[in-house]
Amino acid sequence: MEQDTRTLPDETRGNENETADALNKGQGGVSDYAVEMYDISKSFGPLKALDHVDLAVRKGTIHALLGENGAGKSTLMKILYGLYSKDAGEIRIMGEPCDIKNPKQAITHGIGMVHQHFMLVENMTIAENIVLGSEVTKSLGRLDRERMNRTIREFGEQYGLEVDPRQVIMDVSVATQQRVEILKALYRGADILILDEPTAVLTPQEIDNLIVTMHRLVEGGKTVIIITHKLKEIMASSEYCTIIRRGKVVDTVRVQDVTEKDLASMMVGREVMLTTEKDKASPGEVIMEINDLTVKDNRGIEKVKNLSLHIRRGEILAIAGVDGNGQTELIEAITGLRKSEQGEIIVNGQHIENGLPLDSHKSGIRTIHEDRHKRGLVLDFQVGENLILESYKEKRFQGRCGLLSWKKINDYANRQIDKYDIRPAGSALQRAKELSGGNQQKVIVARTVEQEPDLLLACQPTRGLDVGAIEYVRQALVQQRDQGRAVLLISYELDEVFDIADRINVVYNGQIVADLDPQTTDEQAVGLLMAGGSQ
Amino acid sequence: MRKFVIQALKKPFTAVMIAILIGFLVGAVTLALGGFDPGRGYSLLITGVTSNTRRMAQVLVNAVPIIMTGLAVSFAVRTGMFNIGADGQFIMGQVTGAILGYYVPMPAIIHPLFIMVCAFVVGGLYASFAAYLKNRFGIHEVISSIMLNWNAYYFMNFIVNMKSVKVPGSQHSPEIFDTAKITFFSREFRTTAEGEALLAKHPWLESVVRTDAGYAILVMIAVTLLLWVILKYTRIGFELRAVGYNYHAAEFAAMPVKRNALLSMFISGGTAALGGAMLVMSTSYFITMLGATEGYGWDGISVALIAGNHPIGCIFAGLLYSALKLGGTEIQSRMGAPTEIINIMIGALVLCIAFAPALPRLAERLERKE
Repeated sequence: MEQDTRTLPDETRGNENETADALNKGQGGVSDYAVEMYDISKSFGPLKALDHVDLAVRKGTIHALLGENGAGKSTLMKILYGLYSKDAGEIRIMGEPCDIKNPKQAITHGIGMVHQHFMLVENMTIAENIVLGSEVTKSLGRLDRERMNRTIREFGEQYGLEVDPRQVIMDVSVATQQRVEILKALYRGADILILDEPTAVLTPQEIDNLIVTMHRLVEGGKTVIIITHKLKEIMASSEYCTIIRRGKVVDTVRVQDVTEKDLASMMVGREVMLTTEKDKASPGEVIMEINDLTVKDNRGIEKVKNLSLHIRRGEILAIAGVDGNGQTELIEAITGLRKSEQGEIIVNGQHIENGLPLDSHKSGIRTIHEDRHKRGLVLDFQVGENLILESYKEKRFQGRCGLLSWKKINDYANRQIDKYDIRPAGSALQRAKELSGGNQQKVIVARTVEQEPDLLLACQPTRGLDVGAIEYVRQALVQQRDQGRAVLLISYELDEVFDIADRINVVYNGQIVADLDPQTTDEQAVGLLMAGGSQ
Repeated sequence: MRKFVIQALKKPFTAVMIAILIGFLVGAVTLALGGFDPGRGYSLLITGVTSNTRRMAQVLVNAVPIIMTGLAVSFAVRTGMFNIGADGQFIMGQVTGAILGYYVPMPAIIHPLFIMVCAFVVGGLYASFAAYLKNRFGIHEVISSIMLNWNAYYFMNFIVNMKSVKVPGSQHSPEIFDTAKITFFSREFRTTAEGEALLAKHPWLESVVRTDAGYAILVMIAVTLLLWVILKYTRIGFELRAVGYNYHAAEFAAMPVKRNALLSMFISGGTAALGGAMLVMSTSYFITMLGATEGYGWDGISVALIAGNHPIGCIFAGLLYSALKLGGTEIQSRMGAPTEIINIMIGALVLCIAFAPALPRLAERLERKE
């Protein structure tokens, strides 16, 4: 065995003896560990995705894998699940050394994985999706639906994952689809369940439910590995946490021994501000005024109803609300993507209601759209091209005869990439789709901020980003405010709202129901208003 | 070695080469199945093209129209419009060339220039109609442009069939004036004493004198470069490409997406029609009643596919296509094998090109399994 080559993380907190134990144990026989991965390395071309990584997961625990986007945590789990092959290293499941070549072998070893993007057949029922591949049949191979539905219902109840087996996947919520994915893995006999970023698609309420479910699974003897970059959820759910940074294990810690802040700095590799520092706002004149605005959605339902609001220079106004209360339609009306039924939007003295995106631009608005892949970036364009997507007409990017000068554009792009810490450095010629989500968002932020808009609309600007990137984006927004510009923040996360807003407008059912000062209110009060309660 | 293979698989050029190879293999199998010797077939195919300079020049002459339609299709695709209607636009160009070449007498030099500009505008407007339908009513351009192909085809037959147009006792329109022709040397020149004398003195000129080689080749090269510059170096081209890759992001970035759809189709249709007009001015000299379209637009789709929608690539793809076609006639006349063999080869080639995006993915898989 290559015992001597196995290296432990230099610095461990609380559990160094246990980890050392884990590495010495498991030479056959019964092990305390469900999963042991030793000295795993994996490269993609020149990139070292995993560099001598060790991971030991105790049986019957919830173990979190924490890391920034692209740190290698998903790669590690894909190796465990047989989706990627490893360059070097050893894997043991329940103490048994094994070589997992494909997901099928992983499943026979009792490993199940729920991917970030669900793999369900949309037009089949829940029960059909779960049994797919091992259907319950009567004679002549006819499906025994009744027995199948009964089995699945009972199976779900056993784990506290109640579902209606007869519902069709496309009719059920994302949270339910996730339950189906979990049930599917359990139905195939999974004892070790890997959840890849399971909370990215869930509402706060659903996240709480998921955490309850995870605890119940562990009580039932299962082992859960959760991949995430959300610190709160780790604190609420996990017993152990392994932090991975740039392909290397930083540490494995017992969650009760550390704070959120510790985790954050281990993940990012430097001190991280979980709250954004900012001075008091000094608002100037009103820059945008919306009066009595009504907007319908595609189905003709009024999503924004007689909404009025205003925003001043030098302030961050947050629109807090649950998703689907008219935020999307409001933004589309301001940015010229959607016609309004009535009311007015006045920016810098210009009426822009029922205009085109160009009118919105001309009035001094720039927008960080919530859907960065659809609206924010041209993914097949190079990073440089994306950085000039809204400013390509400017003289400074032109060479002779008014033709575009790619030298000037790429020089500019590389300066922006440096300035906004977009990684990898010098990536002006790479396609935007090759960047991680956080860096894609930085491209959009860089482009938007560089145009020095009078009013910056930021729609869920930190969705799906890790702590380091979130910190960066929020600071950029505060800086905009400090330079005397207005920032309108649309966020579904109260944390974010309270972190940077100077003023909060709560939106419920298409109307602004409260105009609050974050100093004099709290998350509970705003949460209640968001849910339709009264002040 | 393995690394090299993986790197090679990622290059689009490799995909094209593999596709061409498979196309030739399929052609060989087909020849063998038909009882012909594939080795001899291919040697005829190659010598049929390379045996003398006149044939090589002929390949270039034949390639011009399909390069033009190939350019038209690839420009539209690059900008997010799938222009299936190049065939119809090409026909509109032919009609424009034949009519203006005979009914509007003009001095030389100005005449062909006038026709080219008119043909470009006619074809451009014709194609823009499909874009208009898309902007106004959301009708997909594939549907509308494919229908407009038929309109153009019947319109041409209608024009030729008019009493005032059709040459009595024939099925075609009158021949255009010499002022409108754009070959380097006229056909008559080849048989005059002067022509014979010139050829005797400079035998290398045969390839130019004995073929329809003309200014169309230069125009084609100029258009290719122009389209490439537009796409790569102009602000309009930047917008057009942005719309082509991601309509929603371009719209959100305040680009005039609807105007760009019109413009993209105008340039595309104009290019195809220019090809049609130049065919009339350099080779056919009139338009004929047809039982089916000649399919220059459809060949253009294949050319664009092989070229990976790159303007410069269209020249090479068009030359390959044209060489195969010309060499194919040699297989038929010398071996008795049907020219359809060539069509099967081209079909297999295009099919393989369609698989090309799978190759980089294959490379990634190999890399992962490494």
